[in-house]
Amino acid sequence: MFIPHTEDERKVMLETIGKTSLEELFSVVPQKYRFPNLDLPAGLTEMEALEQIQDLAQANEACDDLICFLGAGAYDHYIPAAVDSLLRRGEFFTAYTPYQPEISQGTLQAIFEYQSLIAHLTGMEVCNASHYDGATAAAEACITAFHHFQGKRKTFLLSPALHPDYRATIRTYLCGFEGTSIQGDESHQDPLSSLDNLISSIDENTALVLVQYPDFFGRIFDLASLIKKAHKTGSLVAVAVNPIALGLLKAPGDFGVDIVVGDGQPLGIPLSFGGPTLGIFATRKELIRKVSGRLVGESVDAQGRRGYVLTLTAREQHIRREKATSNICTNQGLMALAATIYLSLLGKQGLRKISELCYHKAHYAAQKIGKLKGFSVKTDTPFFNEFIVECPRSISQINNSLSDHGFLGGYDLANISPTLENHMLIAVTEKISKEMIDFFCEKLVEVSNE
Amino acid sequence: MSEATIFELSSPGRVGFQFPELDVPQFDLPKNLLRKDLDLPELSEIDVIRHFTRLSSLNYSIDKGFYPLGSCTMKYNPRINEVTSRLSGFSFSHPLQPIETVQGNLFLMFQLQEWLKEITGFKAITLQPAAGAQGEFVGCLIIRAYHQDRKDDKRKIILVPDSAHGTNPASTTMAGFEVVNIPSDKRGNVDIPALRSVCNENVAGLMLTNPNTLGLFDENILEIINIVHQAGGLVYGDGANLNALLGIVRPADLGIDVMHFNLHKTFSTPHGGGGPGSGPVGVSKELSDFLPEPLVGILEKGDEEVPPLYGFIKPPKSIGRIKSFHGHFGVLVRAFTYINMLGKDGLRKVSEYAVLNANYLMQKLKNNYTLPFDRPCMHEFVLEGVWKDIPDLHALDIAKRLMDYDFHPPTNYFPLIVKEALMIEPTETESKQTLDRFAEVMLKIADEAHNDPQLLHDAPHHTPVSRLDEVKAARDLVLCCWPVKDI
Amino acid sequence: MKIPADLKYTNTDEWVKVDGKIITIGITDYAQNHLSDLVYCGLKAEKDKLVSKGELIVEIDSVKASAEVNSPVSGKIIDTNQSLASTPEVINTDPYGNGWFYKVEISNLADLDKLMSAADYEKYCETRGN
Repeated sequence: MFIPHTEDERKVMLETIGKTSLEELFSVVPQKYRFPNLDLPAGLTEMEALEQIQDLAQANEACDDLICFLGAGAYDHYIPAAVDSLLRRGEFFTAYTPYQPEISQGTLQAIFEYQSLIAHLTGMEVCNASHYDGATAAAEACITAFHHFQGKRKTFLLSPALHPDYRATIRTYLCGFEGTSIQGDESHQDPLSSLDNLISSIDENTALVLVQYPDFFGRIFDLASLIKKAHKTGSLVAVAVNPIALGLLKAPGDFGVDIVVGDGQPLGIPLSFGGPTLGIFATRKELIRKVSGRLVGESVDAQGRRGYVLTLTAREQHIRREKATSNICTNQGLMALAATIYLSLLGKQGLRKISELCYHKAHYAAQKIGKLKGFSVKTDTPFFNEFIVECPRSISQINNSLSDHGFLGGYDLANISPTLENHMLIAVTEKISKEMIDFFCEKLVEVSNE
Repeated sequence: MSEATIFELSSPGRVGFQFPELDVPQFDLPKNLLRKDLDLPELSEIDVIRHFTRLSSLNYSIDKGFYPLGSCTMKYNPRINEVTSRLSGFSFSHPLQPIETVQGNLFLMFQLQEWLKEITGFKAITLQPAAGAQGEFVGCLIIRAYHQDRKDDKRKIILVPDSAHGTNPASTTMAGFEVVNIPSDKRGNVDIPALRSVCNENVAGLMLTNPNTLGLFDENILEIINIVHQAGGLVYGDGANLNALLGIVRPADLGIDVMHFNLHKTFSTPHGGGGPGSGPVGVSKELSDFLPEPLVGILEKGDEEVPPLYGFIKPPKSIGRIKSFHGHFGVLVRAFTYINMLGKDGLRKVSEYAVLNANYLMQKLKNNYTLPFDRPCMHEFVLEGVWKDIPDLHALDIAKRLMDYDFHPPTNYFPLIVKEALMIEPTETESKQTLDRFAEVMLKIADEAHNDPQLLHDAPHHTPVSRLDEVKAARDLVLCCWPVKDI
Repeated sequence: MKIPADLKYTNTDEWVKVDGKIITIGITDYAQNHLSDLVYCGLKAEKDKLVSKGELIVEIDSVKASAEVNSPVSGKIIDTNQSLASTPEVINTDPYGNGWFYKVEISNLADLDKLMSAADYEKYCETRGN
């Protein structure tokens, strides 16, 4: 379909290489297995393929139709039209990794701007060009800490209020690191406990303490005493953030955090069933040589013009090979570009504004829901745009009924712990109007009486 | 003239995007948790559009021209992929929605799993890994889990050929193994005696790229796999070079136990300037219990009236989760679109023409450039970018000069076993005209190298910037738009 | 390729200057040439601490490569060349002089027997080509 060769061209080319048929090109392949008969359908034209695939898309019910109160790590934010319009430029999306800087200044400068924006947003000194997502960025933070202590510290303390996918991913990633132990979030721990348990577990064996800010349940805690204790014992502290929340909240770098990770999906990246998203990874400058992933630096060319290049590449797999701190190669280039464009459009005022909208709307929803008979809001700390509601029936029943009214209900926290049966995690973004919240409350009452 | 940064373009008070006014009461903000300043740039929408449009024009891309990067498979990225992946039923679907509401997504993923199984011969597939390197890591973890499950804990070594991509040994180390390098022989195959000498009960497996990074299909592939299996090890296949094998041979048929594929190489999903990619992993029946969770499967069989219910399953001995949610769904849609359109015959044509193009180009260049391994290649080949009579001219100089002729250079300095390597992979979407033009230019550059080498040393001359000082970049680290004091 | 006759060498391209029980360690001209412009030098061993033969003591990075230096002897570190952290390029320009890494008081003189003479190191470099 995308192969331009004509019959004649094929003949001439085969002649040039001294062959008479395409089959001859594969004589090195063991004959027994050569040219298998694949049980695949025949090809389709673009029109036919599109029709089939449209049917699949239409078989879904998605947030273009449903009013979304579901968060838990992926958020239905509005994406300005300018973002996708720029991402659709072939000069961006059909380009490769910028290994030849002279003809990749577009990509390189965009990443440099991305690094700058995230460094500023998080208050950190160094930001890399991205990891796959928040969960793998968190795993890489653990690996960075492991190498920082040269393997001498083997304990990783995870808050039980860290996203379950992050905790699971960290466990998978660390299984190849001998003797390491992951603690703090075991199943017997109360997922809603305060940070005190975690703080008391920090000792000289701790390589890294990892908490989420706001946490998985939307709660915001003051991390000062945790950081103080960690630094006293010489441990590193990593914080997983929601970048939208940082429009309002203090930047983690400003209160002494060593590594910031997070998922950048809220920054102009569609939900897209969970991927591709964007792994944020930023650190203090002291950790720079242990940082994995690409880094873009500024330089000058032979004529003294400013330009950008991949730098400190000696950390990476293509040079260090088995001694590299990470194997990451392809990352999330285009998604980092989306985030850069999004933040450029919103700017100082816009990010503050969206953060406030999410905050106030969520608090309005919490206040209203808290007054409904049979429902109570369990969040008793400051929170950003997610909060916990205890419901009179199981969440799957409630959500089932809510979907008949065009709502995507909140996350069923029974998935986190049996102690949270009948508890729902509700998220509110700037896309939700007051009317939608009021209507949602009406329906909640109705479905709880069914 | 360099492009200003968004921070330099910023003008106080400008706003590029407006939100509706707050329609609910204001609640108290937790004062001690608020940030004082937020120094992001302030730009209007036209500023943003212009800035990034101008940046894009500084890039080379497949849309602009030939991009013969070996092992990257820079084939044309079909526009229809950009339409299907953006269908709102897909792009607005939340990963945690009830499965009944996303059967379209789940069917697509299930079907893609089935198609990839059929193409490669593997019995089970995970679509979760975010990229090839992550797929390799998953493969290593599966190998580890397999041996642990058999209570065989002596196997601490993975064998990696010296021609391997750097991600191979890096992934191996991350999984807790030790790397032992295996040399290649004079014909570019894995050195069999060397392999035999290290294959013992301490070897967990061999990571093999076939065709290898020299673009050569190993002439002893079955023997190599047999040697490793006899010693009780598994064979991992790096599928970066799968573009040579579609409809030609199924890697699982050859005996490979676990393999990753790069959807952003073989299956036309775009490279995006450094991702996102997708690195699904296929395994043999014996390894299918160890795949990461979640896989997509059929939860309830359908019948004539009712379609099956698709959902997520956790393999019984799963190595666990390797990232959040389900994988790069947006990328999977593109690969699905591609396979759907190409069909059985189209896929085979891909490999036939990829290999034809590479051999044709190799034939046109071999008289003017040294071919370290003079045998028919698969979808790529490697030249030495150096001539004995001009020792101070390097592959780098050839690469930079190619830019003056509006070509992206081939991969440089990889694989490490060829000195001054130029790895060339044309892909099947390039026409004979393009290949002829490229060959013409390469010959012209060979000529320039001998008669006017300064042209190469000072290249590129016609690009937005000339050679950049990489030493300065690393020594005077500037990683942000404002000074980061004393790194 | 400079190979001063009065120094000893290892097959991993370190040079050793012997002065009784005190030795000075650096990397050779061959090594710095191979690595090319150095951008980072991290001295891992601390003054007054003990070091074992084979232990990692320096990490150096250039734009295109990264290398580790392992101690050729066991002993006690008595001096470290801290200036290299801010000016790693000195290793390129003056590998045998101001590019020194450590001075070590060796604990086992027999360790010196394993080192190569300048002539042997020269031959060794020839076999490796460039």
